[in-house]
Amino acid sequence: MSDATAPLTTVDGKPLKAALAAAERRARWRAFLLVVPLLAFVLITFIAPIGQLLKRSVYNPAFSDNMPNIVAWFAENPAGTEPDEEAFAALVADLRQARENKTIGIVGTRINYDLPGSRSLFTKTARKARKLEPPYREALLKIDEDWGDPMLWQVMRGASSAYTINFYLAALDLTRDAEGKIVPVDENRRVYVTLFKRTLVLSVVITALTLVLGFPIAHLLATLPLRYSNLLMIFVLLPFWTSLLVRTTSWIVLLQSQGVINDLLVALGIIDDDGRIQMIYNQIGTVVAMTHILLPFMVLPLYSVMRPIDPSYVRAARSLGATSWTAFRRIYLPQTIPGIGAGALLVFILAVGYYITPALVGGSTGQLISNLIAFHMQKSLNWSLAAALAALLLGGVLILYWLYDKLVGIDNLKLG
Amino acid sequence: MQKVPENEYGEFVLSAASSDGAFVEFDRVQKSYDGVTLVVKDLNLAMPKGEFLTMLGPSGSGKTTCLMMLAGFETATHGEIRLGGKEINNIPPHKRGIGMVFQNYALFPHMTVNENLAFPLEVRGIGKAEREAKVRKVLDMVQMGEFGNRRPAQLSGGQQQRIALARALVFDPELVLMDEPLGALDKQLREHMQYEIKHLHERLGITVVYVTHDQSEALTMSDRVAVFNDGVIQQLAPPEDLYERPENSFVAQFIGENNKLTGIIEERSDGIVKVRLADGATCLALAVNCGGVGEETLISIRPERVQIGREGQANSHEARVEELIYLGDHIRCRLSVHGTDDFIVKVPNSAGHKHLVVGETTTIGWETEDARALNPL
Repeated sequence: MSDATAPLTTVDGKPLKAALAAAERRARWRAFLLVVPLLAFVLITFIAPIGQLLKRSVYNPAFSDNMPNIVAWFAENPAGTEPDEEAFAALVADLRQARENKTIGIVGTRINYDLPGSRSLFTKTARKARKLEPPYREALLKIDEDWGDPMLWQVMRGASSAYTINFYLAALDLTRDAEGKIVPVDENRRVYVTLFKRTLVLSVVITALTLVLGFPIAHLLATLPLRYSNLLMIFVLLPFWTSLLVRTTSWIVLLQSQGVINDLLVALGIIDDDGRIQMIYNQIGTVVAMTHILLPFMVLPLYSVMRPIDPSYVRAARSLGATSWTAFRRIYLPQTIPGIGAGALLVFILAVGYYITPALVGGSTGQLISNLIAFHMQKSLNWSLAAALAALLLGGVLILYWLYDKLVGIDNLKLG
Repeated sequence: MQKVPENEYGEFVLSAASSDGAFVEFDRVQKSYDGVTLVVKDLNLAMPKGEFLTMLGPSGSGKTTCLMMLAGFETATHGEIRLGGKEINNIPPHKRGIGMVFQNYALFPHMTVNENLAFPLEVRGIGKAEREAKVRKVLDMVQMGEFGNRRPAQLSGGQQQRIALARALVFDPELVLMDEPLGALDKQLREHMQYEIKHLHERLGITVVYVTHDQSEALTMSDRVAVFNDGVIQQLAPPEDLYERPENSFVAQFIGENNKLTGIIEERSDGIVKVRLADGATCLALAVNCGGVGEETLISIRPERVQIGREGQANSHEARVEELIYLGDHIRCRLSVHGTDDFIVKVPNSAGHKHLVVGETTTIGWETEDARALNPL
């Protein structure tokens, strides 16, 4: 009979809550100390770098840090103002300074992201900037007509703030026109949306394939006597123990046009030598190889959910008058939903971010969005765009996760 | 063979009586899982409609296999199983129309109680209104009226048991199979449920085949009990016959408590044998299942048929009191009789009854017909 106004106390008058906390403090501290190493590891190696990268997708100070005068002019004059002599003077001053600081390349590259072809404009002009004399407007236009391009000025205005959403626009095949309005880029330069769609579609296909292939195997594993199921489990896990690279290249050996399968088909007379089927370096290759590699991620959660399902449920359904199909559909399948959900989520998330397999066997049509992220990280060095693409991917996965929670309930997830 | 007639749900229709009146019939049924050993050896069993038959036996005796063959989850390796006079060996379980209660209840965890109960009606294509009426009726029958919207996991063991029972009855099967349905309940609840199942059986007039390894459960509930051991029915009899007139040593041992005395038959006349025990004493017993003169036999005597302080009559023997265990309503005495030191006698704890002392020697005795000479173990 506890009274809300008079909290319970221990026999010597201490509040019960405080006494309880004191009594359990030691145990709680010890538990926390056990977690600390992993927590620190995750913070340092995972959360911090990802946070850094995500920041890059909206923050790029390459222009704003190195071109202070023109940045100040943009700040004083609202968007749409014609660049006047004062603006050109500021620009020339910045170009001279940047040349001296050897930062002109960085500045040019930054503008080049939004307006391809303008890097050389900056480096070329900066080389000659020292000798320029007023009026600067005419002097710059004499070096290159492009300095009068309102598009260039719009891009520089956008870059004058270190914080920008332009990389996200670029990642969605959008850009800003001379007035700063958001418009789609030229049709022949649209790549990312197509790739996002392809990544999504291929991931769904791969997830569906692993489910279709993995469900019967998981069921077999769960119902076989333990000594057989252990052996079978080793076969399922075998791909895990082989190098990813070896597995992928073995698919190349199998599927290429001079490969085992084509040779066999030709030898059997099913296709002639000119009609060899292209099964690799395209989407088929990506789907086949990734389905194989991701299959265990579907089988294991399914198995762990199916193993404890008592066979008497299906028997009960049968004895109550259900055909074996009805018993499967109404009784067995609903009980495996947590496993299907976990497997599908796991495979889908892995597939969406998969990189090495599509890079090796995807050719040009089997590339996924992660291959482009890698390209921007390693080749074009446009890290901000890579970060924006990665952030969109992450956002998409989080939305799917949220959807899953709404539809199936995350408590139903069983990962093993 | 005559074609099995089916009703509107595709179940075959049970005709009330076959030629010899048996409703469920096992005819020379054998079952082997591995092709090497027989789990069920030459099973012959006929039960009339409305009977409550219990298959009782230790684990591995083949009783559950028999039940599974009847339900259709195992196929008979040899022989015929007939239901209502029709062979059902090749009829799939869902067309047999047999209700079944499983050991772990097998209530579908993703469905509410109502959905569980409606399931057998749904798969038979019965309309929603009729379904609801039947579910309501059967819920009331097992006194679980308010629990329709719960999930099985929210029910206690006893409540789950009732729902499992209701689910096996909701589609009005004529035959209900129960596979150790009370095994998971505590003692008190188990005893209570035994009576309930028995009363339901009486009220509904259904035929029940019940499998258990608990002999008191078998004795309480059944019209007849089939004692299984080693794939063979050892004895098929009503409970009182089984207890009082066991036909072989296994049944005598398995059902109730039993005192054993082994010896060699010396004389045999008029169904009475004179047996010489190991220490040279003799004793008279009813010849039930024993060989001729010179053969070994095992005499079985129920503890409650042994009288203490019986002197001067046939079958009076000296006994030394080894141990006394106080059990409230009676006192369990362990005696040493003719070299057997686990001879048990139950002494009622009634007023004026003689109290024994450990170490004392007393006289015990029994009627000749209470000592049954059986096959040696």
